[in-house]
Amino acid sequence: MMRLYRALLHLYPAGYRAEYGGELCAVFGERMREISGPLAPARRALAAAADVVPNALAVHWDVLRQDLRHTARALRRSPGFATTAVLVVALGVGANTAAFSLADYVLMRPLPFPDPDRLVRLWQATPEYTNELSPAVYRDWKAMSTSFSGLEAFTTQPANLVGRTEPRRLETVLVTPGLFELVGVPAFAGRTIVPADSAAGPVAVLSYALWQAQFGGATSVLGQVVRLDGVPHTVIGVMPPSFRFPNRQAEAWTPLVFREDDYEDRTDTYLYGVARLRDGVTLERARGEMAVVTSQLGRQYPKEDGRTGAAVRRLREEMSARSRLLVIALCGAALCILLLACANLASLLLARATARARELAVRAALGAGRERLVRQLLTESAVLATIGGVVGVLTAVAAVPLLAQLVPAALPVAEEPSVNGRALAVAVLLVAVTGLAFGIVPALHAGRSSALAALRGGDRAGGRTQRVRATLVVVEVAASVALLVSSGLLIRAVWNIQARDPGFRAEGVLRVRTALPLPKYDSVSRREQFFTRVLREVRALPGVLGAAYVTGLPMEMRGGIWGVQIVGRPPIEDESNGVSLRYVTPGFYATLGIPLLSGRDVSDADARDRPYVAVVSESFARRHWPNESALGKRITVADDERTVVGVVGDVRVRGREQESEPQLYLPYRQVADGAIRNYVPKELAVRSAVPPATLLPAIRRIVRAADPEQPVSHVRLLSDIVGEETAPRLTQLRLLATLSLIALLIAGVGIHGLLAFTVAQRSRELGVRRALGAPVGGIVGLVVREGVGLALAGVAVGVLVAYAAARTMGALLAGVPPEDPVTVGTAAALCLATALVGCLRPALRAARIDPATALRAE
Amino acid sequence: MTPDRDADALLPLPPATFHILLALVDQERHGYAIIQDVEARTGGELRLSAGTLYRSIARMVEQGLIAEVARRPPARLDDERRRYYRVTPFGTAVARAEMRRLTQLVRLARARGLTPEAT
Repeated sequence: MMRLYRALLHLYPAGYRAEYGGELCAVFGERMREISGPLAPARRALAAAADVVPNALAVHWDVLRQDLRHTARALRRSPGFATTAVLVVALGVGANTAAFSLADYVLMRPLPFPDPDRLVRLWQATPEYTNELSPAVYRDWKAMSTSFSGLEAFTTQPANLVGRTEPRRLETVLVTPGLFELVGVPAFAGRTIVPADSAAGPVAVLSYALWQAQFGGATSVLGQVVRLDGVPHTVIGVMPPSFRFPNRQAEAWTPLVFREDDYEDRTDTYLYGVARLRDGVTLERARGEMAVVTSQLGRQYPKEDGRTGAAVRRLREEMSARSRLLVIALCGAALCILLLACANLASLLLARATARARELAVRAALGAGRERLVRQLLTESAVLATIGGVVGVLTAVAAVPLLAQLVPAALPVAEEPSVNGRALAVAVLLVAVTGLAFGIVPALHAGRSSALAALRGGDRAGGRTQRVRATLVVVEVAASVALLVSSGLLIRAVWNIQARDPGFRAEGVLRVRTALPLPKYDSVSRREQFFTRVLREVRALPGVLGAAYVTGLPMEMRGGIWGVQIVGRPPIEDESNGVSLRYVTPGFYATLGIPLLSGRDVSDADARDRPYVAVVSESFARRHWPNESALGKRITVADDERTVVGVVGDVRVRGREQESEPQLYLPYRQVADGAIRNYVPKELAVRSAVPPATLLPAIRRIVRAADPEQPVSHVRLLSDIVGEETAPRLTQLRLLATLSLIALLIAGVGIHGLLAFTVAQRSRELGVRRALGAPVGGIVGLVVREGVGLALAGVAVGVLVAYAAARTMGALLAGVPPEDPVTVGTAAALCLATALVGCLRPALRAARIDPATALRAE
Repeated sequence: MTPDRDADALLPLPPATFHILLALVDQERHGYAIIQDVEARTGGELRLSAGTLYRSIARMVEQGLIAEVARRPPARLDDERRRYYRVTPFGTAVARAEMRRLTQLVRLARARGLTPEAT
C-alpha cells in the first residue's frame, strides 16, 4: 500500500514532494491503520488516490498561481523586456499564422467538391504546349478511356444578358450535360443540367451571386426565361454560393451541345476536359491509359494527332508553378522570422536569467529547489509567449484577407483566405515551441549555473551564456541576410520584368468590351456596320487619337495559337509554326503604339472579295524569311491562302514573364460568315490625349445608338491590365520586403541587447582599462569590434543560405543570377549598418564608464 | 515576513487553516498529532487527510502563519521522519483576527434574536 502511495506522490511537484513526501507517507501510514475490515486493501487504495490526486492538482494550481503572480510582478518591473519579448513572439507567430493560412488555402485545403482528389483536368499535350481539346478528341477520349467514371468538357463563352435593366455581360460556362453530376455538387435551388437537357430547349443555371445581384434572390426565377445573346433560356436552377466552377468568375452555366460538323476539325481546340478517376484507379494508371489512347489516335490521325499526348492533372494542381512557388517562398520567409523570433526570445531570456542570477541564487539558497526555479522561469516565458501569440494571431486574422491577391485566380474556391482552425492549431504549436523550447534552455541554464557562481562573484558567471547568445545573434543576422537577399533578388526580378518592353505603349489607352452576340452578328457585313459606325464616331470624339477593334488584347488573351504554313515549302509538322492569331480593324497598331516596320496596315479595302492579306510580326518574318523581305510572301492559315502585306513589331502576348509566339493579324472582314466565331473582334481600344475615363459616357452613348441591346463591359485602362500582370508579385514583394525589414530590426535588437549586456557585465574590466590609460577610442573599438564581428559571421552564413534558397526559386527570378553581386552586397551592407547602429549605444555607454566608479565597485 | 503585516488580509480563514492554528496554539505538534487533535476537538467531524493537511501546512508556512521547529523531542520518543510545527506570532495574530471576525458575526446574529437552537 505504501508503495502505491509513494508512486502516487509523483503527481506532486518535485519540490513539494521532497519537502513533505516523508511526512505525507508517515501520516498516511497512521491513517491506514484506522482502516480495517473485509475490503480494507481496496478501501485503502481508494483512500490513497482520493487523498493524492485532488491535493496534488491543488498544489500545482497553487504553485502556478504563485508563479503567475511572480511573473506579473517581474514583468511589470521590466516593461521594456516584456514589450520586446511580446512583440518578437507576436511577429513570429503572426507571420507564420498568416503564411500558413494562405498556404493551407492555396495548397492544402480540399476543393469544395465531393472527393476532390479524384477530379482531374485533361489537356492535349505536345512536348512544347498543352492545349484544350477539340470536340472530336473529347469524343474519342470519352469513348476509349476506362480509367474515369466520367469524362466531361466545358468551355467559357461570355454571353450578353439582355431584357433586364442594363444589358449585362455574363461569364457563361458551356458544360457538357454530365458535368454537374461528375463534379457532384447539387443545386442550391431547382436543379442542375442533366443529359436530357441537350434535347429540350436551352436552359441555364445561375450562380448564387448572379441570382442575388440580378434577380434579388427570388425563387420565382426558376422557370423564368432569360435572353442570353438573344436566345431565350429557361432558368432551371441556382448553384450554392461556394460553387465556383471552373473558376471564381463563372456566373451562369448552359448546356454544351455538339452538332455533327463540330467533330470535323480535330485541331479546333476549345474544350476543357474534366474527369473523375474511377474508384481504385490511380492518377498514374489513368496517365498510362491515356498514353495508350492517344498513341492509338495518333496512328489513326497522324496529321492532326500524330504528336498529341494527354496531360492528366489533379484539379488542385491546376495552378502555375509560379503561384505555388510564391506561396512557398512566403512560408519560408515566415519561418525565417519565426527562427529569428525564437533566437531573440531565447537571447532575451538568457540575458534576463543572467542578470537575475543573484536573485535566483538567493532564492535557491533560501531553499527554493532548482525545479521550482526552472518552473518559475518557464511560467514566465510561457506567459510571454501566450500574450505574444494572442497578439500575433489577432494580427494574422486581420492580415490574411489582405493576402487574397496571392490566391491564384485559377483556383475554383470561393471565399477569401481566412485564419481557420488548422492555422490556429499551428499558431498554438508555435507558441508552445517558442514559449517552452526557447524558455527551457535559459531556465535550465539558470537553474544549473546560477546558484553558487552568482553568489561568489556575480559578474563572471555568464561566460557560457554569452557564447550561446553570440551564436544566437549570428543566427539572427544570417536569417535576416538570407531574407534580405531573397527579397532583393525578387525585387530585381520584378524590375527586370517591368523593364521588358511589352511591344506596345499602354499609357493612355482605354479598353471597352462590346462582345457582339452570335448568331445575331454571324454576318460579317452586319459586324462591319457596327464596327464602322462605332469607330467613326469614337474617333471623332475630342481628344481621341486613335481607336480600333481587336479579337483580344495582349497579356489578357494569351492563347489563340494557330499553325501557319508557308506556301511553296514543305509543311511544318511541329509547333514551331504557331502564331497568335488576331482579327483587327485598321488603326490597331497606331492605337496601341505597335511600330509598323514595313509594308502597310490592314485597310478598309481588305474586304472579302479582295485578295486575302495578313500582317505578321517581326519575329515571324525573321523566322521564316531570315534574309529577305516578308512582304509579298504567301502563307496558309485556317485553310486560306494570304499575302503578307505588312510587318509590325513583336508584342509580348503572353506577358512579360514568358516567351510569346509571333503574331499574325488578319483584316476583320476577310472571314466567312459564322466562321471562327471565337475570334470576332470584341475589344475596343481607344487612345486619347484626355483622361480616358472622361470618354466613357460618350462611348456608351455611341454603342447604344449603334445597337441598343449591346452591353458595354470590362472597361479598363490597358495600363491596368499590364500592371495587373505583376500585381501578385508586387503584393508578395511588399510582404517579403516587410518581413525582411522586420527580420533586420529583430537582428538589430538582438545585437544591441547582447552588446548592452556585455558592456554592463564588463564595466569593471573596461573601467580598469580606462584607469590604466586605454584611450576612449580603444574602448569603443572593443565593443564595436565584437558587434561587427558577429554581424560578419552572420552575413557569411546568411549569404550561403540565401544562395541555396535563390537556386530553388530560380523560376521566379526572371534571369537574375542567384549570386547577383548588387543584391548580395546591398543586403550585407544593410545588415552591417544595422549592426553598427546596434553597437552605438552600448559603445557610447562603454566610453562613458568612469574608471573611478567602476573601480570602487570592486 | 513582517510581523506587523495586516492579519485581516488573510481573512476569512479556510476551516482547515483555523483548526490547524488552534491545534498549534498550546503546543508544537507533528502532522499526525495535528490531525488527531483536530479530530478530537471537532468530535470526529473534521478528519484531515494527509494530502489536505500538508497542502495547508505548505501554504501556512509560505504565509508565515506557522513555522517548522528546529529542535525536536528526545530521539527515543520521536519517529525520525516527523517534523514539528509551531504557530508564529503572526499566526497567532491571524487566529485572533479570525476569532474576532467570528465573534462579531455571532454577536450580529444574536442581536437579531437568532439563537443556535430552534425555539
